[in-house]
Amino acid sequence: MNAPRHPESFFRTEEGLGLWEHRGKVAAVGIGHSPTARRWDGRPETCVGALSLDALRRAMEDAGVDPANVDGLVMDPTTTTGAYWPRGRPAPEEVVNAFHATDNPLDGIAQLSSEWILGNMPELTDVGFAMYGDGCMARALCIAAQAVGDGLTHTCLVLKSWHNFEGRYYQGGSNAGSDLPGRSALSALWGAPVCYGTALQFAEYCRKYGKSHDMMAPFIENSRRNGLMFPEGYWAQHRPEEITPEDYQAARWIAKPANLFDNDLPIMMAAAYVLTTAERARDMRQEPVYILNHASSRTRPRSLTPTLDEVEEDTARSARKIYEGAGITAGDLSFENMYDGFALFHQFHLEGLGYRGVGFGEALDFYQTDISIHGPNPVLPSGGNIGCGRSRIWMHTDCMQQLQQRAGERQVTGVKPEVAVSGGPMPLGGNFLVWGATPD
Amino acid sequence: MKQGVVPDDLTRPFWEAANERRLVIQCCAACDRLQHPPGRRCHQCGSDEHIGWREVSGRATIYNYCVVHDTPVRVLQQDQPFNVAVVMLDEDPGIQMYSHLPGTPVDEVPVGAPVEVVFEATANGQFVPEWQVVEGAP
Ligand SMILES: [Zn+2]
Repeated sequence: MNAPRHPESFFRTEEGLGLWEHRGKVAAVGIGHSPTARRWDGRPETCVGALSLDALRRAMEDAGVDPANVDGLVMDPTTTTGAYWPRGRPAPEEVVNAFHATDNPLDGIAQLSSEWILGNMPELTDVGFAMYGDGCMARALCIAAQAVGDGLTHTCLVLKSWHNFEGRYYQGGSNAGSDLPGRSALSALWGAPVCYGTALQFAEYCRKYGKSHDMMAPFIENSRRNGLMFPEGYWAQHRPEEITPEDYQAARWIAKPANLFDNDLPIMMAAAYVLTTAERARDMRQEPVYILNHASSRTRPRSLTPTLDEVEEDTARSARKIYEGAGITAGDLSFENMYDGFALFHQFHLEGLGYRGVGFGEALDFYQTDISIHGPNPVLPSGGNIGCGRSRIWMHTDCMQQLQQRAGERQVTGVKPEVAVSGGPMPLGGNFLVWGATPD
Repeated sequence: MKQGVVPDDLTRPFWEAANERRLVIQCCAACDRLQHPPGRRCHQCGSDEHIGWREVSGRATIYNYCVVHDTPVRVLQQDQPFNVAVVMLDEDPGIQMYSHLPGTPVDEVPVGAPVEVVFEATANGQFVPEWQVVEGAP
């Protein structure tokens, strides 16, 4: 079975929808992370498909769920971090043959179908609902939450996986060629790297509010510190290196004002969750984390790249949707855990939420205060992509673990973990989840 | 020198005009609204029936910029670091175009300054709109 792409009707994209009809009736009960790696080493047991099977099995084990009782799967068929399988190079046979293959030899290596997953997990005997949610874990979680609430599945696996190959990312393909097609030439001819749009918004932000790039240093330092306490993360597993303010300020520019540490590191990993109904959650191994709302933005910029005005309007609108459907206010947030991959847009998410009353133009000053996991105003306790590597997943796992009081060394101590929001990726557009330690 | 351009159906009028040293932007006549990048339909009314192209003056203002030190585009790597600015058209400041700002020193970009269009040859001879700061402007 190959899953259909999700219909837009699954998402809560408008203001004025009121409380989410399934508020507190859907819960996350299991978390599974594969090990991380910088790049694929070519072995069957470390390909993105194998990492995905590992993450799914760990999530079911964590929840104490019998695979035969799983009846749903939501996943992203795209697994690239920006690295692509070289055109014309055949898939390695020993890898293809190590698994139950599909018609696509790169399935499980450079992409991932639901057919590949289900073909390689014979223990999943009862999956009748499967759907693709592309882009990132946040979108897949929104779909799964709505599907469980709507009764389309009662025990649903949610999967997001990432592959990374040799070579510098985005440097192949059309970027290495002599010509560009007319449509992409309208932006690609100027050679801006992927962080350029965010760097532009940050430059405008600094001009408008009188801030500077140096003011980001405490945020970066805090993110890596928290990430090194995330045992599932890349930096904790492979390179336990802190980033000091001096390291940050000495780093080379990528697209000034974005430097090396404002960009996340592409890695290989997979993560999976088990979502189920609040009723079934009571009998499972872990404390349930209740989903109080999901919200999405489908805003597009007017022209080539979002302006600061467009970003601020949309983060404020997203926050209103997030709070409205959950029946909460900014004052209910125990900590702040929004997306950060690029670091230079994290403040847009934080200011949009109005976390701890921080308004537009104020987040970089807020970063100069105590934003640690031990203070009253934790910022990004997960460490995010900067602290753990490129996955767009850490914030979700961290929200669950914090609310379950099992975040280990990362556990927030200055606040009671009760309500949290995670989501992204970009400040314009994006998908968001509201998590509660109790259903109301 | 920039990579060459192979016009596609959607963007051919833009590139053909550039070869004639004219700047045209896609426009929905029903909405009287410019849009860039171009699309199959009007981004406002959703219709494809009134989509055409409108010549604009080639005057704009520098809105914002970054300095690129690490470009993924191979042929530009020898020119690093270089400016990549965003300019906004005088006819409609909602319409943006990218520019290397030829003639402007690296990281000395006068945000808010007026610019005017020039046309620059790319690797395969296709011309592309670029922007230069207007000398002597206040
Ligand atoms: Zn129109």
